[in-house]
Amino acid sequence: MADVRFEAVRKTFGKVVAVDDVDLEVADGDFVVLLGPSGCGKTTLLRCLAGLEKVDGGRVLIGGRDATDLPPRRRRIAMVFQSYAVFPHLKVFKNIAFGLKMQKERKDTIRERVESAARLLHIEDLLDRYPSQISGGQRQRVAVARAIATKSDVLLMDEPLSNLDALLRMEMRAELKALLRQLGTTTIYVTHDQVEALSMGDRIAVMNAGRIVQLDSPLAIYDHPADMFVGGFVGAPPMNFLAADIAADGAGPVVNLSGGSFAGGPSAAPLAGRKLILGIRAESIVVEPEHHEGLIEAKVVVVEPLGSHNLLTVKSGDDVLKVSASPRLFPEPDSSVWLRLEPNRIRWMDPETGGAVEPAGAVAESVGGR
Amino acid sequence: MRDRAPHLLRSLAGWLPKALVYVVGIVVSLWVLGPLYVITLAAFSSEQDVYDYPKQLLPKDLSTGTMRFFLDFPGMTDALWRSVIVAAATLAISLAIGTPAGYALARFAFRGADTVRLSVVATRAFPIVILSIPLAVIFIRWGIDDSIQGVAIAHTALALPFVVLTTASVFAGVPAELEEAAMTLGCSRASAFVRVALPLALPGLAASAIFVFIISWNEVFAASLLTLQNRTLPAAVLSTLEGAPLNFRFAGGFFLLAPSVLVILVIRRYLFTMWGRVVR
Amino acid sequence: MATVAQPATLGRRLRRWEGLPYGLILPTVAYLGLFFAWPMVQAFELAFRIDGTWTVAPFRTMVNDVNFNQALGFTLLLVGVIVPIQFVLALVMALIVNAKVRGRGLFLAIFILPLAISDLAAGLVWQAILTERGYLNTVLQKVGLIDQEYIWLDPTKPNHLLVAVVVAELWRSTAFVMVIFLAGLQGIPHEYTEAAEVFGAGFFQRVRQVILPMLKPSIQVALLFRIIFAFEAFAVILAITGRAKTTLATEAWRWQAEYFDSHVAAAYSALILVLSLLAAGIVVWMLRTPRAQMLR
Repeated sequence: MADVRFEAVRKTFGKVVAVDDVDLEVADGDFVVLLGPSGCGKTTLLRCLAGLEKVDGGRVLIGGRDATDLPPRRRRIAMVFQSYAVFPHLKVFKNIAFGLKMQKERKDTIRERVESAARLLHIEDLLDRYPSQISGGQRQRVAVARAIATKSDVLLMDEPLSNLDALLRMEMRAELKALLRQLGTTTIYVTHDQVEALSMGDRIAVMNAGRIVQLDSPLAIYDHPADMFVGGFVGAPPMNFLAADIAADGAGPVVNLSGGSFAGGPSAAPLAGRKLILGIRAESIVVEPEHHEGLIEAKVVVVEPLGSHNLLTVKSGDDVLKVSASPRLFPEPDSSVWLRLEPNRIRWMDPETGGAVEPAGAVAESVGGR
Repeated sequence: MRDRAPHLLRSLAGWLPKALVYVVGIVVSLWVLGPLYVITLAAFSSEQDVYDYPKQLLPKDLSTGTMRFFLDFPGMTDALWRSVIVAAATLAISLAIGTPAGYALARFAFRGADTVRLSVVATRAFPIVILSIPLAVIFIRWGIDDSIQGVAIAHTALALPFVVLTTASVFAGVPAELEEAAMTLGCSRASAFVRVALPLALPGLAASAIFVFIISWNEVFAASLLTLQNRTLPAAVLSTLEGAPLNFRFAGGFFLLAPSVLVILVIRRYLFTMWGRVVR
Repeated sequence: MATVAQPATLGRRLRRWEGLPYGLILPTVAYLGLFFAWPMVQAFELAFRIDGTWTVAPFRTMVNDVNFNQALGFTLLLVGVIVPIQFVLALVMALIVNAKVRGRGLFLAIFILPLAISDLAAGLVWQAILTERGYLNTVLQKVGLIDQEYIWLDPTKPNHLLVAVVVAELWRSTAFVMVIFLAGLQGIPHEYTEAAEVFGAGFFQRVRQVILPMLKPSIQVALLFRIIFAFEAFAVILAITGRAKTTLATEAWRWQAEYFDSHVAAAYSALILVLSLLAAGIVVWMLRTPRAQMLR
């Protein structure tokens, strides 16, 4: 059991800065997800922790010890690779036992630990087979079993589910989450799939261009994205962003969009007089069948029935929006609908920095190194 | 209702290319196999039959007379033995030196890697002719002319680029992640290499080792320049060529050829792992 | 269990491992430097220097030698005849092995058998076949095409010996070119030929318009190596023609092994090097693929 600390970690490949002075603290037993698009540096950061990449600046601490110059085998970590990296020339048993064999454990200890790890992953019947004789999903389980059998201080996972088909991925997600909760090991998990991140982590570190943009609980990331990047990356469909300006009016602030205006409510009052970006999620927009005061008119472009709800793509003025509607609502293309934007579900963004604007008026600090 | 004739023509037209492939393929196959059959037959004919005309085309009256004549010829069995030793030495040295280099090229992106790779490929542009002559002079100066050590040195210089390039391609085929996984599980770099990379690379390495043996076994230009009394098999056959009787030539040809053909039969599956990437 | 080593020693140890790749390639670089690069320099010296004085005497001797013109001419003839024929033959063989016919595995196994056969062995084999009392005459007489033994290896008839050597070399070394072509062919996604077929191209058109252009890199490599090897033709000449014909490589060998004149031998080898590099350079230049045409 150990905590992990990244202090101003920096990694460059030639001229490309893959990891840009990242600070991150992972408490003992914590499950942190590194989430971001490809090329954002999440895998590189993980590999720096593993010791597979040498950092060009900063320190990596594991369990309080400075591990920056230690080779991987001295760091007391275990890793699950995206391609599983299950040794083809060894049987499943020997694969899972590999780390224990390197630690020179006794034969009966090895047998006991291998079998218990295999049982946790439901592969106890496959111990005598070669990796070429089992399916991809089973190989993935072998990779996980191999990692947990060593009872290391920190568990590293590099997109372990991305090579599985959609259905298997969903099953494994739940299984993996339950298993890791049961084990309680400090885990750092890398993924580009925001559904995976939201569903699994205690905390998510959203990364972009080598920096951590926001570090928060899944709900906070979803509801209060730190900037337009996070809002657009997390959540399906991505957050809607519309150009808006807020005018002070006698009765209260009025939000002017290209497709209409509505009352901003008390939360918008401190922002009067500014031009901002209005961010709102599809499910926070209510579709009203008839025209009222304070509703925005929009023309329907596409209706996608998704079973649990209908996803409407609508055009309002210059803006194109995605709106969640009741599964029984099927407006005709080109017909008009009226949208109510819930003021407390609006996230305001600064058009210049892209960062979130707190209702108190100050721009939230772009979480570059926190 | 379909008209019969066009349907038949169409199926004939579809059938024709395939038939053509078979015909040409069989003709070429006969052209390749014929001489091999013939030389084997000739090598296994008795001493009298060898001079007969017309020649026997079927394997009756096989005898080891011709082979025995060849092997009994003064110096031939020694030459045969020397060829084996030189080829084995070349194999051992070139693999010992070249495999680490191939591994380095496959795994590490270090400065100068491209230069090394390019220079290694470029050595094949230099004919063995231009290498052997100064080597002959140098070896006289060093006192190892007319020795199998000299030939082994020359053959290793010839085989080394091949070993470096093929082992590089073999190791490139073993995912680096496997060694990385081993390192996270407690292996040092060296231990990961021995426990993971080497076992998986072994088939490819074995194939290139066998190929190096054959390269050395076949090599005649340098061998005949660098030896006088201590000849290897090709050099010995070459030096006795001018006055040699027919049966001698047949048996000699067979001995030179048989290991090569056998080797190809055995390792042909690995040829593409070696050539496919090396040549590109 | 792992102990924590002091950062200082680890730093030093880590820095040492930074040099690991260089350490791994050092033996190879050293060996090739000593036994390849240095002899090359010596060869240059041998060709241009006798007893310390710079001179072109070796070259003069070489050019004025009675065998020179024949050697040069025959070598160029061999290269010029063998390489184009081999290219077509190898392409045909590769196409056969690549075709969707049952038995292509067997064809492949047969076609590559000569891959590792030396030119000396090939020369001996074909000498056995073509010699006056050899196998070709036996077969032809049995079949009734001739009624008296024909002297295939007749030095007095023009081109007989040339054809004999060409056939022996084709038999032996086409497998090498075929393997390169095959690797290249298998790298061409079949969607390209399928698209061409959909748009109306017949077999030969597909070969010419789709397969050959996409095979250019492989052709380039194969021709490069084959030309260099063809300039080295040596033992096959001796085996089949005896002393009737000679090539540049044979002359180089002769001057070293029989006349004991390393200088002229070096001059011959220098000429071989220059000619093969020139020919190879022309091939590479003619078959270069402009960047814009590469899809990578």
